[in-house]
Amino acid sequence: MFETVLVAGRGEIARRVIRTLRRLEVRSVAVYSEADQSLPYVAEADEAVLLGPADPSQSYLDAARLIEAARRTGAQAVHPCYGFLSESADFAEQVQDAGLVWIGPPPAAMRGMADKIAARQTMVAAGVPVAEGSPLPLTTIEAAQEAANQLGYPLMVKASAGGGGIGMGEVHDDEGLRKVFASAQSRAQRLYGSSDILLERYLHGARHVEVQILGLADGRILALGERDCSVQRRHQKIAEETPSPAVGPELRARLFDAAVRAGKAVGYVNAGTVECLVQPETQEFVFLEMNTRLQVEHPITELVTGVDLVEEQLRIAAGLEPSFGSEVPIPKGNALELRVYAEDPVRFLPGPGTISRYEEPTGEGVRVDSGYADGNVVTPHYDPLLAKLCVWGPDRNTMLARAATAVAGYVLEGPKVNLPFFTRLLAEPGFVSGEYDTGLVAAMGAGVATRRAG
Amino acid sequence: MAEEIRAEMVANVWKVVAAAGDTIAAGDTIVILESMKMEIPVLAEDGGTLVELTVSEGDVVQEGDLIARLG
Repeated sequence: MFETVLVAGRGEIARRVIRTLRRLEVRSVAVYSEADQSLPYVAEADEAVLLGPADPSQSYLDAARLIEAARRTGAQAVHPCYGFLSESADFAEQVQDAGLVWIGPPPAAMRGMADKIAARQTMVAAGVPVAEGSPLPLTTIEAAQEAANQLGYPLMVKASAGGGGIGMGEVHDDEGLRKVFASAQSRAQRLYGSSDILLERYLHGARHVEVQILGLADGRILALGERDCSVQRRHQKIAEETPSPAVGPELRARLFDAAVRAGKAVGYVNAGTVECLVQPETQEFVFLEMNTRLQVEHPITELVTGVDLVEEQLRIAAGLEPSFGSEVPIPKGNALELRVYAEDPVRFLPGPGTISRYEEPTGEGVRVDSGYADGNVVTPHYDPLLAKLCVWGPDRNTMLARAATAVAGYVLEGPKVNLPFFTRLLAEPGFVSGEYDTGLVAAMGAGVATRRAG
Repeated sequence: MAEEIRAEMVANVWKVVAAAGDTIAAGDTIVILESMKMEIPVLAEDGGTLVELTVSEGDVVQEGDLIARLG
């Protein structure tokens, strides 16, 4: 195992990674920007290095400063967390070229999944189902129009180089396509440096279900469980649960098989997630994308399996066997994650501010991964995730009841927060029944902002 | 009817879409703010002529700051 690891993230995920490092008696090095120096993760790390100003391009996105911080502190490895440079194959390579261990997948596997069109082709070759879509990158509205004529509406317009739902738009007719195509192209060019567009059949009533995989040091790939991420606003997840209420044993086996095939197709090593869209009525699914990093919602898999995924990431990167041996742990009970965001609960508009009162809920099965404490300032520079309220129960009803109690007991004053939305969600018949799809939040009242990357 | 458009939160002015003198319809985007990695379009509620635009791209606005005035 490593002696010292640099944690290349901020907020709740940096704090969560540092917690595992401490338990494993590995020295942790935090990095922070001028805006973040009062956050708990900076104090909790064994050492902390100031990267630079609040602007991410001069701090968390500055590869040279991160590698310099690792060198200066004697770190042997870099944990990328999620966000920022975590899915940058170039950064992973720079880390390796500096003689450091990248606690993540091989850069080639990251590249293989970074471009949606290339990833689709890889999946087809590996026998993983994909949604009907345009096989080639679309660069002109004429080509997009022709592809749309062949595919038929409704369609989803996606940036080929994008991910995580950023810049996606749903279109129902030619006029909508013209509008969304132009804005998607300019946004993709700005955010990802490529204006290539992909059109895919839009699946109504689908659920977003993803499979957690672990590529072991010896080349085997394990599927640890699925997570249902259908509660979304602006194509962004806000609540996730496991197991998925829509997935039975037969469908689960097919999803796991597809996820393992996907990982094998790109030579995947370390923790990754294969995202799919599932149609509950037909029990069919299609590959959506693969996230080549730890997911925000990884704790719910940890709660039902008892596996610490960060520990497994470290073990794999260090060339060790998984802590659970050769048998994949059988999940027990149900778990739910609620993403506590600094945004208003109706329109989901961001609301930075100073936290004037902060008390986390406690109780049986309750785990809170938070990035902030009383008196901290939530700045407008980074994404609005304040904390993840995770709840485990021996069955789904107990889990939902515990979640409602925990939401009611969460005191967070100062910035606008979306906790009242979760009170509504946990009383929403469509959610309580388990029979919801990605349209649930919109049906409850939609937001207006769109998320930016970078 | 005069309409004052103010910022709802601390944000950067990411894009100025309209210009002073423009005729604006209800629901048109005046500027796009950016806060917490989100783009927040600021829309005209009633519409009219854009009499004054008090921000430029790159400015930081505080909650309640005036962005534009419609007449």
